[in-house]
Amino acid sequence: MNLPIDSVMLVLVVTNLLLLGLSQLRSCVHAVAVQGFALGLLPLLVRQSGGPTVWTLLVVLVTIGLKGVVFPKLLQEALRDADVRREKRPHVGYTMSMVMGFVALAGAAWLSSRLPAFSGSPSTLAAPVSFFMIFVGLFIILSRNHAVNQIVGYLVLENGIYVFGVVLLHELPLLVEMGVLLDAFAAVFVMGVAVYHINSEFDHVDVDQLDKLKG
Amino acid sequence: MTLFPIINFLLALVSAPLLLGVINKTKALFAGRRGQPVLQAYSDLWKLLHKGAVYSRTTTWVFRAGPVVGLACVLVAAALTPFGGAPALMGFSGDLLLLVYLFGVMRFFTVLAALDTGSAFEGMGASREVQFSALAEPAFLLGLAAVAHVTGSFSLSTMFPALDATDWSQAGPALLLVAAALFIVFLAENSRIPVDDPDTHLELTMIHEVMVLDHGGPDFAFILYGAALKLWVLGALLSGILLPVRTGFGVIDSAIAWAALVALAAAVGVVESSMARLRLLRVPRLLVGAVLLSGLAFVLLLR
Amino acid sequence: MFLIVASLAVFSVAALFAVLPAHRPVWCVRAGIFGACVGAAAGLLAAVQGLFGGSIESMRIPWSIPGGELHLGMDPLSAFFLLPITGLGLLGAVYGAGYQRGGDAKKLGVGWFHYNVLLASMVTVVTARNAILFLIAWEVMALSSFFLVTHEHDKPQVRAAGWIYLVATHLGTAFLLALFVILGEKAGSYEFSAFAKAGASLSPGLAVAAFAFTLIGFGTKAGFLPLHVWLPEAHPAAPSHVSALMSGVMIKTGIYGLIRLLACLGAPPAWWGWCLLAVGLLSGVMGVLLALSQRDIKRLLAYCSVENIGVISLGLGVGYLGLSRGSTTMAALGFAGALLHVLNHAIFKGLLFLGAGSVLHGTGTGDMDLLGGLYKRMPWTGTTFLIGAASICGLPPLNGFVSEFLIYFGAFSGVVSTSSAAVVSGLVVITGLALIGGIASATFAKAFGGIFLGEPRSDQALHAHEANGLMRWPMVALAACCVLIGFLAPLAVRAVLPAVGMIVPVSSDALDAGIAPAMEPLGWITAGCAAFAALVALLALLRLRLLSGRTVGETGTWDCGYARPTARMQYTASSFGQPLMAVFAGLLGTGGTGTAPRGIFPAKASHTSETPDPFRSRFYDPLFLRTLGLLALFRGAQHGRVQMYVLYVALTLIAFLIFSLG
Repeated sequence: MNLPIDSVMLVLVVTNLLLLGLSQLRSCVHAVAVQGFALGLLPLLVRQSGGPTVWTLLVVLVTIGLKGVVFPKLLQEALRDADVRREKRPHVGYTMSMVMGFVALAGAAWLSSRLPAFSGSPSTLAAPVSFFMIFVGLFIILSRNHAVNQIVGYLVLENGIYVFGVVLLHELPLLVEMGVLLDAFAAVFVMGVAVYHINSEFDHVDVDQLDKLKG
Repeated sequence: MTLFPIINFLLALVSAPLLLGVINKTKALFAGRRGQPVLQAYSDLWKLLHKGAVYSRTTTWVFRAGPVVGLACVLVAAALTPFGGAPALMGFSGDLLLLVYLFGVMRFFTVLAALDTGSAFEGMGASREVQFSALAEPAFLLGLAAVAHVTGSFSLSTMFPALDATDWSQAGPALLLVAAALFIVFLAENSRIPVDDPDTHLELTMIHEVMVLDHGGPDFAFILYGAALKLWVLGALLSGILLPVRTGFGVIDSAIAWAALVALAAAVGVVESSMARLRLLRVPRLLVGAVLLSGLAFVLLLR
Repeated sequence: MFLIVASLAVFSVAALFAVLPAHRPVWCVRAGIFGACVGAAAGLLAAVQGLFGGSIESMRIPWSIPGGELHLGMDPLSAFFLLPITGLGLLGAVYGAGYQRGGDAKKLGVGWFHYNVLLASMVTVVTARNAILFLIAWEVMALSSFFLVTHEHDKPQVRAAGWIYLVATHLGTAFLLALFVILGEKAGSYEFSAFAKAGASLSPGLAVAAFAFTLIGFGTKAGFLPLHVWLPEAHPAAPSHVSALMSGVMIKTGIYGLIRLLACLGAPPAWWGWCLLAVGLLSGVMGVLLALSQRDIKRLLAYCSVENIGVISLGLGVGYLGLSRGSTTMAALGFAGALLHVLNHAIFKGLLFLGAGSVLHGTGTGDMDLLGGLYKRMPWTGTTFLIGAASICGLPPLNGFVSEFLIYFGAFSGVVSTSSAAVVSGLVVITGLALIGGIASATFAKAFGGIFLGEPRSDQALHAHEANGLMRWPMVALAACCVLIGFLAPLAVRAVLPAVGMIVPVSSDALDAGIAPAMEPLGWITAGCAAFAALVALLALLRLRLLSGRTVGETGTWDCGYARPTARMQYTASSFGQPLMAVFAGLLGTGGTGTAPRGIFPAKASHTSETPDPFRSRFYDPLFLRTLGLLALFRGAQHGRVQMYVLYVALTLIAFLIFSLG
């Protein structure tokens, strides 16, 4: 039992369940921001030989800055520009989504209990939580229509991979990490621009209707 | 067997209406008013007990039985509730089931008494009451089951006195989740904001208040006192998890628990002042969330 | 054994008397009813003797059917199931006499013939020790109940219900046949005792098949989801005392068969328990949700039987998991809870069906949206129905609470253990039971409130009349049983223990030790219930005392200032259930049609909602339609020319001849 890391894991799980249960897009973005912030602290908590290095601190700062501040800000702005408040018609209801999320978490816990233990993993929760986050990310992408929710889904997915990398491989695969971050950044950037333009052209940001664009 | 179970039981009987006063005072403070006196609920009870009563011609004895059965249920439930590290008057393995189901009896009869009047308003309130309680009950039982798992016993009178700081250091996150779930149940079962609004009597949005619209006189006094005692019982369980302080001196423990309950009441006042009532359609989501929080606690406990 | 044989003999004679072509058919009917009562009373005595006498008896008479033997036996398990069969059989007969008073005696005679046959076959089913005898009794039970269901066969929906029932029960029997063939082949005999020796040595594949066949075959009769579709059709169609018997005890023969045959299949692995938990959870939750969505009181009660079978199955699941873990406490608690719930459900479901019958009898309708305010017109029915409703919700201090408490107790003893599997199973049971209990409370608040409280919503309800004396006393007796078992919980559990001992293979001392953790709490529960009753009495006195000498007025209901409320403005039973149904809309698929009110001065608006059984409309109907389409291919061979049929027979014979000689 590692209390600080477990607390962060708890925050991650609860924010994920919130993401599944909240209909207000603004609250979803808040939840993602909290998640990014908690996530950013992880490298500090994972005990490394010889204390936190400058690199670690840098990564922490960049992660928190991007995931906790910049991405949410961009999304907020996209929301404000698009002037939408809630997901209109999710494919899966919110209550049902929460229940499914919980089932996925229980399933992930069971699955990771059958995996060979990651040597030296500081928290037994990390594996199930990262699987869970990947599932939730995919689930949000699949079940929600709004473009902002899609980005939220990608972010959660990416956060899940991040947890896996930081806690389970207990060293910072920096290049991989930077690559993923860049991917996500590009995704947010492109989507943000796209959302803005789609909105100004078509008055809605429903990705289900993007197929009308094809010629 | 010390005297504490009896003293605590009497303490519950005497000071339960005080909690209502604390909540109202807190809300008044937030609104910048002076508000009613803290002891207002006592005066209300006294006044109601001295009144006559008026009954609808539609009603049968079921309507008159509702408040009586409800108060009897909650009195037995209070006798099952441990307080301040001391066991309850009655304690045995599985007493938590009796407690939960006694609240079920109380609800069943309150609902039937509401339906007995044949009023559309009371029918509406009753139908919402059963809707929310059907979801709150699993959350309540699961939360208690999590505490049972942590303490290795399923008698309230052993579970709660056994909880202490070491449990929090070992299973802190799980207990925190359980407390959050039970807080939601606490608000829902006591018909507080954000599930119900105890202040509105004549609107279509409320639940518990509209069910007892037709009651008056001593019947309503029973209902009011029963509600206060229910607040006490659920609050005692919740604060028993949140603040398991054990000094070894029964008097001090009881005093601390009492202060914790008053603080909890003040917290309810803060919640009520700072939040709006949820839309009715979203209440089930909140309650399902409470079930999931308890379930989450188990995921944490089990790995 | 003498009493069993005597009761079977009385049933047979009474059945014959009931259809005798006599000068005064009324006397034949009376003979049939009297015989049913006497036979059931004899059976009841036998059950009590078997349960408390502790002796295991049997009687064998050779029979010319290959593999068959007239082998009847009596042990505590049989005796325990015999108890509700004969008890409810007796009360149902008394009630039926009052219910059908003044009907067409010829038709009634046929009904009482089948009633006697049904009772005799159920007694045989739970005492048979030979598979062939068991199957024959099982089939007679199915057929006699089919004829009882179609008693009012002039109504098309009754005929349809009868057909669904007939098809379902035979599909179930087919699986039983397969099971008995598997076991009989292995054992070389069709005695149950031989099955028990053979079952343990089945190959793994066959063992899985045998378990599946047992679950499906007996589950069809018991009404496990999704094999329950016949139940809500057939039970409401029958006359009410028969519905009580079918819903209260006949479906329990499925549980009996399940327990009896699973005992023959060797030591239970853990997955049996998980299977039963899953089935129980599904049946319980879906059953009670579907019950909540019904408008007709008898359909509601029928779905509620599915729910209670689910609760029983949860108990059995806990029991088998306990057995597989080697925990006598968990096993004893699970099985004791399940068995006690079998008895309790027979009592309160019988009571509620009889009450529903009185409502039908007194008003002519079972549509809860048309009733209301019946309490003032039918106080006996109302009071007993209220007791039944409270006990079926598992509310203390009545009997439903005791059996659910035992199952919960078993689940909690899993939760506080260290094995994660036990914790998870406990959680499943606790969540399931809590959810089921909450929704059941809503369902029965809706049923009781809709029927008995408020103002009458129609003329039928306004002119309702109370049940006659013969109908009244069975209900009072059953309500008294609800209260008695509730207050004498420890004694009731002691009475179930011998039957539990037949399932849990340990000595009676070990069994006592296993159940011991629950015995003291049960004593406390009795004390708590007594305290509760005393408090209710005290507070009621206090209230009377306070109100004496003060003005107690009477007026109309306060409707927030609206002065002219009418009965139609009340919340109906359907609107009462709607919010909770909306939460589970995804599972129920409730559909509605109508026109919404529009504008400032809306014209006439309407709304109708309906919840068809999702399993029937989404699974069985398409399946059977497709099968029908497939079978239409063969319709060309069915043309009504006798010569061609003779040709078919001849061709088949020749084919067999070639096959066997070649």
